[in-house]
Amino acid sequence: MTAYTELGAAAIASGVRAREAAPAELVKAAFERARHIGVDKNALNIFLSSDEKASVEEAEEMNERIDSATDLGVLAGVPVAVKDNIATLGLTTSCGSRILEGYVSPYEATAVRRLRAHGAFVIAKTNMDEFAMGSSTENSAFGPAKNPVDVRCVPGGSSGGSAAAVAAGIVRIALGSETGGSVRQPAAFCGVVGVKPTYGRVSRFGLVAFASSLDQIGVLGRTVDDAALALEVIAGFDERDSTTAEADVPLYRMSALGRPVPQALDPDMEATRIGRTPVPLAPPPGPATLEGIVIGKPREYFPADLDPAIRDLCERSFDRLRAMGAVIRDVSLPRTALAIPAYYIIAPAEASSNLARFDGVRYGLRAAADRGLQDMYEQTRSRGFGPEVTRRVLLGTYVLSAGYYDAYYKKAQAVRTLIAADFSDVFASGVHALFTPTAPTTAFRLGAVTDPYEMYLNDIFTATANLAGVPAMSIPIGRVHHLPVGGQVIAAHFDEYNMFRVAYALEASLGAEAHA
Amino acid sequence: MAVTREDVMHIAKLARLGVDPATVDSLTRELSAILGHMDVLAQTDTSATPPAEGVGSGGTPLRPDVGAAPSLDKPLESFAPAMKDGFFIVPRLATHDDSRGGA
Repeated sequence: MTAYTELGAAAIASGVRAREAAPAELVKAAFERARHIGVDKNALNIFLSSDEKASVEEAEEMNERIDSATDLGVLAGVPVAVKDNIATLGLTTSCGSRILEGYVSPYEATAVRRLRAHGAFVIAKTNMDEFAMGSSTENSAFGPAKNPVDVRCVPGGSSGGSAAAVAAGIVRIALGSETGGSVRQPAAFCGVVGVKPTYGRVSRFGLVAFASSLDQIGVLGRTVDDAALALEVIAGFDERDSTTAEADVPLYRMSALGRPVPQALDPDMEATRIGRTPVPLAPPPGPATLEGIVIGKPREYFPADLDPAIRDLCERSFDRLRAMGAVIRDVSLPRTALAIPAYYIIAPAEASSNLARFDGVRYGLRAAADRGLQDMYEQTRSRGFGPEVTRRVLLGTYVLSAGYYDAYYKKAQAVRTLIAADFSDVFASGVHALFTPTAPTTAFRLGAVTDPYEMYLNDIFTATANLAGVPAMSIPIGRVHHLPVGGQVIAAHFDEYNMFRVAYALEASLGAEAHA
Repeated sequence: MAVTREDVMHIAKLARLGVDPATVDSLTRELSAILGHMDVLAQTDTSATPPAEGVGSGGTPLRPDVGAAPSLDKPLESFAPAMKDGFFIVPRLATHDDSRGGA
């Protein structure tokens, strides 16, 4: 059974469908690994809630269905972890906040429902920065999570618990959420794969809102293949989220074959759709060709003061991409430097509105107050929100208030238009994907960054994709002083297929060097 | 643009946040410092640029204004802080107390 937990998610599911692996044993193995690694508050602190008994019972029910003709799904028997701001039935959804401590949602997110419908088991909710506001998971009300690669370091954030659960080998797949880089940056820090889909690709129904025009559910995977499989499952139109697109969802795993998007009648595509995959169950055995692919190298993401070791690893990746036939082209996204100022106006502004719902009336914490309703609101929110959430709610309220709206919020939204135009222009010029570092540094020590704006700068290479709504992902490209470094692939709206195509090829080319 | 202590107290009231008076000075400094980094935006010419109104090229499509509320797995009473006869119970409005007192 141990061998199965070391396989990719697609191979695990194939083993379950072929009756070579028992779902309950897979779930037990995941919990055994979690105990071995130490996921509670005294150790890595990456699980906020889990229920081993209920998870094993759920898996045993699948054991009974295997003998029937039931289609078990492309994720049959695969244990997954879910960030604590994504609604699940049974386990708590606290958003890493005291204001929702112990809250169990009465409905589940569409992304979670789709994972479960395809046979996956949600075994745990993972630690996170409170309401996804942070880049280190140190803003969790339940204590910071730690990086499995080096427990003295942060796992990144805000989806730090999900990235750590994958990096620690507990699960192959975890859900996270992105607003400004909260999947890609922890993926880079922990040495795993993290994907932010195009805005509108994945339903936000059941994702607790932070900044609705930026939020997307994303996936973390041990490999590109794990992430591609998970995204195929959760993507697509949802009538419960009017911002989801009615666009077709290509089978991203087919991009591993190094060919253009397959036609609907392609027999390989149909085989993949029903789980009899022609795609290698392990990472592709050799580098796929990237002939005909143009990859942009945006100069603004390689500033003069970029860490030379991170620059060197990116250059090695460019060499590999070139060797596989890709054309590397120098490009410019001139408004990149404006992204952090614009993002940290728009996101707090939306947050100040979205978080108004946490007032102690309908759910969550209610503080005792003896001076009427207004007092109850203020007492509840001041006791329930931590320092960073308070800071951002105040900042957001300020930039939306009379006298400052035009100077800050309206101005930031105009700059957002310009940033999105930068991406449109470069992709319209014939570039299929961009390649950049994911973060300006490797994982930093717990407690090392105390200035709020210095922490915000962690998003400097990632927030642009959220502002423009384009898909982007991080994959491991090497290590600096034993700490992982992520490389980022960015593509045009709804072109996750070419993004994955580049990522599969680079992952295969780097092989073990990606983690060395 | 420097934020004042009075600004912080004012926006805390707007945001219904009971800010500890002992933290107002540090919040004032932090917000001023953060907003100082935003001043770069003012130097960007956006006179001919419309504010973003959506994400992506097509924007959010208009759809019929219908939709079913999700069915809840458990009753409101199971997670509401206080309920009675199907209504959420909240403390009395302070203004109601005032008007009663003045009557």
